[in-house]
Amino acid sequence: MATVISNERLGDGVYHLVVEGGNGGAMGQFYMLRAWGAYPLLSRPLSIHQVNDNGVDFLYHVVGEGTEILAGLNPGDSLELEGPFGTGFPKVEGKVALVGGGIGIAPLYYCAQELPDSDIYLGFSRESFRTDAFRPLAAELTVDVGGLILDSVDFAAYDHIFVCGPHPMLKAAQLKRIAVETSGKRPNVYLSLENRMACGIGACLVCSVSCKDGQRKACADGPVFLAEEVLFHD
Amino acid sequence: MIKTSATIAGVHFKNPIVMASGTFGFGREYGKLYDVSLLGGISGKGLTLHAKAGNPGVRVYETASGMLNSVGLENPGVEAFLAKELPYWETLDTARIVNLGGNTLPDYVLGAELIQRDADARLLTGKKAVDMIELNISCPNVKEGGIAFGVKTPAARDVVRAVRAATSLPLAVKLSPNAEDIAEMAEMCEAEGADAVSLINTISGMKIDVRRRRSVFNNLYAGLSGPAIKPVALRMVHQVARRVTIPVIGMGGITTATDIIEFIMAGATVIQVGTYNFMNLRAGSTLTEELQQFMAEENISSLDEIRGIV
Repeated sequence: MATVISNERLGDGVYHLVVEGGNGGAMGQFYMLRAWGAYPLLSRPLSIHQVNDNGVDFLYHVVGEGTEILAGLNPGDSLELEGPFGTGFPKVEGKVALVGGGIGIAPLYYCAQELPDSDIYLGFSRESFRTDAFRPLAAELTVDVGGLILDSVDFAAYDHIFVCGPHPMLKAAQLKRIAVETSGKRPNVYLSLENRMACGIGACLVCSVSCKDGQRKACADGPVFLAEEVLFHD
Repeated sequence: MIKTSATIAGVHFKNPIVMASGTFGFGREYGKLYDVSLLGGISGKGLTLHAKAGNPGVRVYETASGMLNSVGLENPGVEAFLAKELPYWETLDTARIVNLGGNTLPDYVLGAELIQRDADARLLTGKKAVDMIELNISCPNVKEGGIAFGVKTPAARDVVRAVRAATSLPLAVKLSPNAEDIAEMAEMCEAEGADAVSLINTISGMKIDVRRRRSVFNNLYAGLSGPAIKPVALRMVHQVARRVTIPVIGMGGITTATDIIEFIMAGATVIQVGTYNFMNLRAGSTLTEELQQFMAEENISSLDEIRGIV
């Protein structure tokens, strides 16, 4: 059991949840959250926004019944946390870009803390959030509202690029990596995938990802994959 | 001392809680969260002769009190299972059940033969082997095979007969609620030499995305599980238990100790827990404790006292 410390609304449907409890975690890992009884049936996977002294922070967007319930939590309320689960971003050395789209910026805050000299690119479709929190952690911060944040990133300028955002953005990042490879640069591009999950631990195969070497699990083998490993079908 | 154990075709279940195929992997993942040896048994992820990638697109959708899945039997294939997963199963003190699916009748038979051969070799060297085969003739999520075998009794008979001839391991047949007549299907299984029937598999269902004007699933239909299907499952277990003399393995929406008791009272020998594993990753440990507690409260000293009493 974990306890809600705060659950602040940051903007249109976006909340910052701070809880006491949990077992820490690494960059890009996630927890399964549950703040209700039997229904909805499934717990909700949320990536770690940061690890605090006594627990974990999450940044989430209200998209359905589960996150709607989370949005109604108040300080002192309890919730169940299972985790941390998954294989997150690697600890890397060299020049790093962190690229987030919308609620995809959530896991990158922890990355920014762990890799303090990174260039950070944050893209939003309508309104920005949490940009002030990222600013002091960035070597350089680029914020874009309404455009395509990937257009601002020179893939050839980095050794490692961490990307988290909507599906089309991840696919575009993969293509951009292929394009830059032809010019002789080979940045390691890591994509954090968001998939529907049931168990979160690798048993149900609901979150299966098609990869070059076969089917892999977003929850256990990922959610972070090297861009060249993933096969996007649509 | 409360007795929760049961025996099916010589296979000992220390308690009636068996984890259902497709919801428990091969147990490794849950084994990191609690001691899975406290379970009565594990029915592993449904296997086919060759590895299967499963279905593309959305694979799960929540419904009122239930869950639709369209995983489509993604699995590593029988041989990979025997090589990579059975050594882990050897370390467990629980009944080991292989769930076997197939696309064609020869696939089922070849799969059963591989499992039998492996079991023979293991037993010769004193190693633990598979305890039971659960024949899946009822997966609604694969286009070929799967449910096509599980709806009509004559088609199911061919598969059960052929697999029965291919293996001497205890054999349970997992039945579909979509069968034309599930009690007739169960009687057929008994007549063909099955040692048990397990029921129910998921109910074929659908979810439409009204904005995109299409089913959310690439295969149109998916399998409904969870508490939503419990009343249907209970009724079918009750019906079937009265028509056959072989043990019935009951499942469908079990999430509490009282749910387990209901299935036992309806006539089930052991039960399986599926979707609840996703609602509570420690379902096995929770239910084991709750069952003991409930039986103590109700002065039930053995499940045999209440089995089939309704």
